Amino acid sequence: MSEVPITESDLQAYADGRLSGERLVAVETWLASRPDETERIADYRRLSEELRAAYDPVLEEAVPERLAHVSGSRQRWKTAAAVAAGWIALGIAVGVVAGWQLHASRPVAPPLADVGAAMARRAALAHATYSPEVRHPVEVGADQEAHLVAWLSKRLGAPVRAPKLEDIGYNLVGGRLLPGDNGPVAHFMYERNQGTRVTLYVRTEATQNRETAFRYATEGNVRVFYWVDRKLGYALSSGDISRDDLFKVANAVYRQLNP
Amino acid sequence: MTEAQRMVDLIPRLRRYARALVGDRATADDLVQDTLERAWAKLHLYRRGTDLRAWLFTVMHNVHVNRVRATRPTDMLEEEMPELAQRAPQGDALLVRDLDRAIARLPAEQRAVLLLVTLEEMSYEEVARTLGVPIGTVMSRLSRAREKLRLMMLGQSAAAKLKLVKNE
Repeated sequence: MSEVPITESDLQAYADGRLSGERLVAVETWLASRPDETERIADYRRLSEELRAAYDPVLEEAVPERLAHVSGSRQRWKTAAAVAAGWIALGIAVGVVAGWQLHASRPVAPPLADVGAAMARRAALAHATYSPEVRHPVEVGADQEAHLVAWLSKRLGAPVRAPKLEDIGYNLVGGRLLPGDNGPVAHFMYERNQGTRVTLYVRTEATQNRETAFRYATEGNVRVFYWVDRKLGYALSSGDISRDDLFKVANAVYRQLNP
Repeated sequence: MTEAQRMVDLIPRLRRYARALVGDRATADDLVQDTLERAWAKLHLYRRGTDLRAWLFTVMHNVHVNRVRATRPTDMLEEEMPELAQRAPQGDALLVRDLDRAIARLPAEQRAVLLLVTLEEMSYEEVARTLGVPIGTVMSRLSRAREKLRLMMLGQSAAAKLKLVKNE
């Protein structure tokens, strides 16, 4: 029986279990009369198994916080321009609303025709209205969080959660119900020790199961990151903290809501 | 699912590869962190719908090469001078006991190919694309990496056998 020429690449592919059909048969035939080569290839396979056994456990390790938080929060490109470029890039890469891409280079809020931008505007207005309140910032306080969440979930007709942001220094003040374009809106307020407040505006989406990337808008001096995740649209607003810091909070919120 | 979310999902795999590539945990996680930061900054260069995993590993490869170049300028010469690289530590070759250290002694280029094939189970074409080299180079690096590793791992038992033969 005449033998097909076997190359070293064939042997490597054989060691990796990536041959099939005629080629596989040819290599097996070739190896059958060569015990040294057979042993060598068997060693390669053993090494592969040992490699996987040695390093696969890394897959099961908990991802360190510093890595889980990288997305944007530990940026080394410090200038505002670079940060903006990164966001615009993300907008382009992930952009769901085609029109947004056309306006991606504009540092201001996209036109009102964009329903997401309309949400961002409403969220910014709600933030501007309620966050300066000293005596009545919320309707239901954080001391009744379970009741607050159950009540808002019931009114929105969707399970709503108040993300826990203590890890990044924000404590829940409480929440309230607001009127919105698609029906009732849940509005949560968070506060840092020095009185810095952020608010999270949560509404039900008319078009369900849509997802968008984070987008950024400004309304007056209120900064807003907003996104849609399936049934709910979110807008996180602040007038006090930088875009970078607000982005960190937005990331934390997103992670809390998508564990 | 957004690219950001998919990127987060790939972190464990980046960590596994990095750990095997550089050895210790802290250095490996530094590499992953630099990779994620760079990927985040360069996300506009990623073409949607293409393989995000391959793209991320390409970013990691580039980050790694730059780090190595910055810290150990001679490392890049290893492949061109395999004899020299191998001959120097010959005395302690017999002392290489675990896989970790054996892998660390492979030239960086060969190590990358071996790990992408073995751990990530990338196709040879994917490895070629990820590292930006022709597929023939992938195959020859893979072959050389395996043979070196095999000899290093066999070193211990071969030496033991040799002693037995001598004593007879």
